[in-house]
Amino acid sequence: MLNYTIRRLLFAIPTLLVISFIIFAILDLAPSDPTGNLPLTIPPEVREKIRLSLGLGEPFPIRYLKWLQQFFINEPLNLIEQWFGVSIGDSENRLRVQSWATRSPVVDLIVERMPQTLWVVGMSYVVGILIAIPIGVISAYKQYSVFDQVGTFISMVGFSVPTFFTGLVMIVIFSSTLGWLPSIYDTTHKVTDLASFWFQVKQMIMPVMVLALFNASQLSRFMRASMLDNLSQDYVRTARAKGLKERAVLLIHVLRNSLIPVVTVIALGIPQIFGGAIITEQIFRVNGLGQLLIIGIQGADIPLVQTLTFIFAVLIVLFNLVADIVYGILDPRIRYE
Amino acid sequence: MKKALLCSAITASFFAGTALAERGSDGQLNIIYWQAASILNPYLSGGTKDIEASSMVIEPLAHYDEKGTMVPNLVDEIPTVENGGVSEDLKSITWKLSEGLKWSDGSPVTAADVAFTADYCLHPEGGCQQASNFTDVESVEAIDDSTVKVNFSVAKPFPYGPFVGAQAPVIQKAQFENCMGAKAPECTDANFGPIGTGPFVVTEFKANDVVALEANPNFRDPAKPAFASVVFKGGGDAASAARSVLETGEFDYAWNLQVEPEILSKMAAAGKGTVVSSFGTSVERLMVNMTNPDPALGDKRATIEGGPHPFLTDPAVRTALSKAIDREILVEVGYGEAGQPTCNVLPAPAIYASTANDACLGQDIDAAKKLLDDAGWVPGSDGVREKDGVRLSILYQTSTNSVRQATQALVKQWWAEIGVETELRNIDASVFFGGDQSSPDTFQKFFADIEMYTNNFDGTDPENYMANWACKEIPSPQNQWLGDNMPRYCNAAYDALVAEMSTTAKLEDRAELAKKMNDMLMQEGAMIPLIHRGGVSAHANTLEGVRMNEWDSELWNVADWKRAK
Repeated sequence: MLNYTIRRLLFAIPTLLVISFIIFAILDLAPSDPTGNLPLTIPPEVREKIRLSLGLGEPFPIRYLKWLQQFFINEPLNLIEQWFGVSIGDSENRLRVQSWATRSPVVDLIVERMPQTLWVVGMSYVVGILIAIPIGVISAYKQYSVFDQVGTFISMVGFSVPTFFTGLVMIVIFSSTLGWLPSIYDTTHKVTDLASFWFQVKQMIMPVMVLALFNASQLSRFMRASMLDNLSQDYVRTARAKGLKERAVLLIHVLRNSLIPVVTVIALGIPQIFGGAIITEQIFRVNGLGQLLIIGIQGADIPLVQTLTFIFAVLIVLFNLVADIVYGILDPRIRYE
Repeated sequence: MKKALLCSAITASFFAGTALAERGSDGQLNIIYWQAASILNPYLSGGTKDIEASSMVIEPLAHYDEKGTMVPNLVDEIPTVENGGVSEDLKSITWKLSEGLKWSDGSPVTAADVAFTADYCLHPEGGCQQASNFTDVESVEAIDDSTVKVNFSVAKPFPYGPFVGAQAPVIQKAQFENCMGAKAPECTDANFGPIGTGPFVVTEFKANDVVALEANPNFRDPAKPAFASVVFKGGGDAASAARSVLETGEFDYAWNLQVEPEILSKMAAAGKGTVVSSFGTSVERLMVNMTNPDPALGDKRATIEGGPHPFLTDPAVRTALSKAIDREILVEVGYGEAGQPTCNVLPAPAIYASTANDACLGQDIDAAKKLLDDAGWVPGSDGVREKDGVRLSILYQTSTNSVRQATQALVKQWWAEIGVETELRNIDASVFFGGDQSSPDTFQKFFADIEMYTNNFDGTDPENYMANWACKEIPSPQNQWLGDNMPRYCNAAYDALVAEMSTTAKLEDRAELAKKMNDMLMQEGAMIPLIHRGGVSAHANTLEGVRMNEWDSELWNVADWKRAK
């Protein structure tokens, strides 16, 4: 297993290098201009100077190599310095990946936004799982019952209605009409006592629920299908025949076996948490990574978009590996040699 | 008895009024801009959102008020030729700072800070985005602690570019001294939290998200600002920003509400807030291509060398196109309070606005048809007019934006009525307005017959703006397509007026010249103006003191804003 992991990790390096080149090249070829959104009152000569000051005067290969150096050498060195409080080499003049719009290091922006995304999107994932598993189990156990039919209907609705619609509907109901919940996420809010914690809960309810509904619909279908597969297996009949209680048969034998493929699906979905829920974050103004990406794209902030998409690529490659390994651990029949 | 009651009521309200005039007595002000602030240094970002967010912190020497009049801010009076502040040869202007000004950190504001600001922006490697405000500045010198003199390399009839308006505020020398030129972007702390003279100071800045500010303890007026803190939230879209002020009341002020007028008036009906608008110099216009954009011309496409346009050079066609448009309906559908029909490319300030072209205001399809008939353009078998084998078929391009596409559809329909065929095209704004040399879709290259967008100018002086349509401003491969004369209009008489304006100092004469230039452009049909566009914002009914301003930052008088009691 260890050998396998190491082999996969080594193999990931060329993959990621190729990905980084493709991302860089596509964004470079895309016809967008960082000065395109500036007011027209700024004259063309000034625009040209701005482009030069952003480093756009240099040819593509040099810019790519510079970015590689900044991302793979300078940024990790900077992280180490911050964590251990040491300084390595000429840290004052080391160039970091700079965002064009904010003129600040991209990695700092990402670090600042990571917690919100993890809290809101991560929470929605957890809530989604907590809703999906019981629904999937009951739906499968009582197949074609009223519960199953209703559950199927709701998950179809949840899966097919986009989040930008459910989000707006919730805002109109709970913020505009009833006035119970805030429609705009207060990102400066700090939890210090019970009252402020309650406020935090209130402002998180809508974005979390919108996303949780979406995630739960998908997962509950997987759970149901996997349960159905297992319920008809011989070992279930054996368990019942040896006199186990129905509860033990279902929750200990069937559920554990059915969870194996579901866990894989969950692990593969984790990179999406880091990617943030672009649309939902935008609607509720949660300052997460998804919103950062959208703002970067709109403002043609190329270094920001490059770095973010590349980090997502790394996470996807990584969690694919994690899913494979978890699969091996959960299911003794699967061995990687 | 009644009188006595009234008197006491007045006294009571008077005392209440004075008692309230205390710094920080009105709690928190919540402002929402649906484009989030990325940086608080306007010299490194030309984005309106960034300039306006920073305008609460750093200030220019003089502001423009809501009528476009200059008002002194960090100075006691505006220098003019009459009071000796502007030299007779118009080559220098001397500003005198007010007494006792302090930065928010308590240190005194000196002329050296003002001079430094100019050096900062003029540094060749800095990529200063407001460099156009410092055009022709030769040097800025601090004569003594409170006197600063700006020297120009040429005579400047309007010397109020540097340090007037939110685009050119004064920054602190001590803070930015080590951030000159190529080092400018590296000073993240300074760029995110400039020390200023404004009513508020930054306490927390989250890039592309939110700015938290609190009252500046060293602000020059001890009674202001009324608000103790400000939250400047960004992100999302215009409609939900409008909702947060007008429907849910979570925010006090929302900026730039480009929302369908129908939706906005429905929201305003909830009674929590008021929609306000103000008009500057923005005009949505159709640019008419005087050169031939035929792809067959290759490199000569849309250039003077490529030859004149096959039919748009005919004045009858241009006039007919303009006459067929019902500007009132365009306003009603797309702009609401944010638009007025206009026939001028220079609609404001009032002294520059011409009335000579108002005939275009009413739609007249029949007159348009007659014009084309008389000029020999006759309908072909498919209803499209033609003459000598040239069909009146127009490629009409603009940027992607729902209001613009609605306008395009309406105009296409009207033009169809007079026998002109129209093909519509829309291009993403960052491509259309971006200067990418390799893209064929930029508004400078203008590979179309008609294009539509809005332009305006900063401040109140139209000299540079009107100079945009001089012959030498025509974009072409020789000048890397940099140039603002999109219609490729070239007229020696016009160029002469441009030259005359650059040496004329008297305001009345300048206004006369500007009007003449505007009329020349309009009557020769280089452009078809459609809508005089204003800014639309909304404020909560509990917020007082908003004086919506298109000439400066909308937050220019945020120090005077207060909570209604």
